[in-house]
Amino acid sequence: MSADTARTGGTSFLASTRLIAEREIRTQTASKGFWINFGVIVVGIFVLSIVPGLFGGGEPSVATVGSDAARVAEAAELDTQPVPDRASAEVLVQAGDVDAAIVPDPEGSSPLGLRIVAEQSSPDDIVAALSVSPPVDLLNPSEVSDGLQFLVVFLFALVFFMASFIFGMAIAQSVVTEKQTRIIEILVATVPVRALLTGKIAGHSVLAFGQITVIALATPVALRLGGHDDLLSTIAGPLGWFVPFFALGFVLLACMWAVAGSMVSRQEDLGSSTSLVSTLIMIPYFGVIFFRDNDLVMTVLSYVPFSAPLAMPARLFSGDAQGWEPVVTLVILIVAVAASIMMASRLYSGSLLQTGARVRLGRAWARTD
Amino acid sequence: MALAPDAASRRGHLLWAARPRCVSHAVEMWRATLLQIRSVSRSFGELRALDDVSFAVEPGRMTGFVGANGSGKTTTMRIILGVLAPHGGTVTWNGAPVTQGVRQRFGYMPEERGLYPKMRVADQITYLGRLHGLDRATAQHNTRDLLEQLNLESRAGDPIEELSLGNQQRAQIAAALVHDPELLILDEPFSGLDPIAVETVLGVLRERAARGVPVLFSSHQLDLVERLCDDLVIIAGGAIAASGGREELRDKFGSRRFQMVVGDDAGWIRDVPGVQIVELDGPRAVFEVADGIAPAPELAGRVESTQDARDQVVLDAALRRGSVHSFGPVTPSLAEIFREVV
Ligand SMILES: Nc1ncnc2c1ncn2[C@@H]1O[C@H](COP(=O)(O)OP(=O)(O)OP(=O)(O)O)[C@@H](O)[C@H]1O
Ligand SMILES: [Mg+2]
Repeated sequence: MSADTARTGGTSFLASTRLIAEREIRTQTASKGFWINFGVIVVGIFVLSIVPGLFGGGEPSVATVGSDAARVAEAAELDTQPVPDRASAEVLVQAGDVDAAIVPDPEGSSPLGLRIVAEQSSPDDIVAALSVSPPVDLLNPSEVSDGLQFLVVFLFALVFFMASFIFGMAIAQSVVTEKQTRIIEILVATVPVRALLTGKIAGHSVLAFGQITVIALATPVALRLGGHDDLLSTIAGPLGWFVPFFALGFVLLACMWAVAGSMVSRQEDLGSSTSLVSTLIMIPYFGVIFFRDNDLVMTVLSYVPFSAPLAMPARLFSGDAQGWEPVVTLVILIVAVAASIMMASRLYSGSLLQTGARVRLGRAWARTD
Repeated sequence: MALAPDAASRRGHLLWAARPRCVSHAVEMWRATLLQIRSVSRSFGELRALDDVSFAVEPGRMTGFVGANGSGKTTTMRIILGVLAPHGGTVTWNGAPVTQGVRQRFGYMPEERGLYPKMRVADQITYLGRLHGLDRATAQHNTRDLLEQLNLESRAGDPIEELSLGNQQRAQIAAALVHDPELLILDEPFSGLDPIAVETVLGVLRERAARGVPVLFSSHQLDLVERLCDDLVIIAGGAIAASGGREELRDKFGSRRFQMVVGDDAGWIRDVPGVQIVELDGPRAVFEVADGIAPAPELAGRVESTQDARDQVVLDAALRRGSVHSFGPVTPSLAEIFREVV
């Protein structure tokens, strides 16, 4: 070693945090599992969007025979494909290229003079499109159809759930690995425990946000490829709100995962301490899905830190929330994140050097060591 | 060498006066980079793991830290590194309390070894160097040098988990040294090393000490400690039993113990008052002389200290009885001192 060793004058809290975050990112991105998970999600989005029918499809498609049929189908805004005769229309229906065919009714039994040919079941959406029904006036029209609302909320919830779970588990594992391999003793002697915790959470958050960004960018592409342009315009708004809520909610849970990791000493025991955190993720996930129609429960959920990241965007999406409400929830979340970082640092430093199978929370909090 | 006078005397152990050179001017300068442990205590529940532990680690000196299993060596080292909090007492460096920033410049090899198993050797050591405040280029440069010195350069690109235990140990030593620490605390650095590796590591540590770095290391290999260390700290049951320079400790113990070979049976020595037999084998006797006995009347005025007086009494008696082939103080091995003190 050279005598002229350059020292950067000791590592600051920020520099240590950055180094630790960097290592976490490097380690994670070097693992196959990380990319496989990511790949499955992205491919899943494309598959969901492009495979017809899964997203409710675009307009129903019909093969039409004759000018009457074509005129009616176009008036009903159906995806129309004219063919010369009934036989070729039936071929298309059989092949599944179109949902149904509209053909002239030679027997004259239909008042329209048209018949609908379908494969197995009566194509109700096409029948409805061709039917005449009285107009409906809604007093409180929702901007988005109910089914679509459910779908979008469900997808947001799913992304949040998966990200929290996959990345959270990685955080807990990374903490417990350091305890199990005992490198923790060198780390604790070198950098402040708070830098260790912050660096870990920062590193995994960067990865999570990176993945979510890619997903957010890939989703419009996938939806456009699948011909769901209208759906795209509806989720663009709530997506804007989802991002800050997701970020804060993620950090909140990340602290919990780190504490869960530090409560045990071996990978094998991780399950016992992560079950509480898993529950904290499940509650908003299922809560938002099951109580979607219950205004009171949703309002409460949208102010409780752990469920707010999902419930508030969902309420915004369905138009139930006032403009000031998300701001209040964001403030609540920021306070909760700050509190949880402080609490997590304390529990984390109190438990890192305890090597029993299960660290007692009380002891970790009291910092007997 | 600072002492724990209360603890040592309370426990009835020998106490050594400070080395004469400690009052010299040089020490005043040394104080600047001295690690001082003062009256440190620590309990685990009911168990008093450390009780009023005081000693110092001086610059440029290898200080051996020995004691039985569970005597508190690791606990002391963890307290120095801030991994454990003391329940009383202080640890100072440069005369000031050890803070996080100061600790970052220490090098530590914990008893429970640990590095990231899947990280490559060189990456890992460079990373730890950077955590200790080195810039990337310096950290990489130091890593290369150290791996070369420790004959580990061929494994630089392998994950730690693929290395043999002894090689993992070398990597661990490199991790403790990469940032050119100002103080080295090594908990059993030689356990698990083959004799050649021991020499290699020893060379590296000596070189650090020669540069003025204080080195504190614990070990159960007393022969090694004896050969390697300049100073010794012996801990027993959480209290310092003895501490001081190696030669100094030897002298202290050696001056009390003598070996004598006479012409015929040496059994008569049993009857000499103030003498304790350690070993008696025909014409050969190993004995210790007790302190605090008045000089034999026939020697009054001829000798100064009571101890000298007693061994002179024995020599006198032996000469009166016949031939004396040899007579002299026994230099005890560290193992013997250890057994006696602990
Ligand atoms: N985390 C802990 N919890 C409870 N007791 C502990 C803990 N760490 C150490 N002790 C106790 O403190 C005492 C001193 O332990 P320490 O590890 O310092 O001994 P040591 O001198 O390093 O021993 P060895 O030579 O076996 O490494 C022992 O009685 C030990 O059981
Ligand atoms: Mg030990």
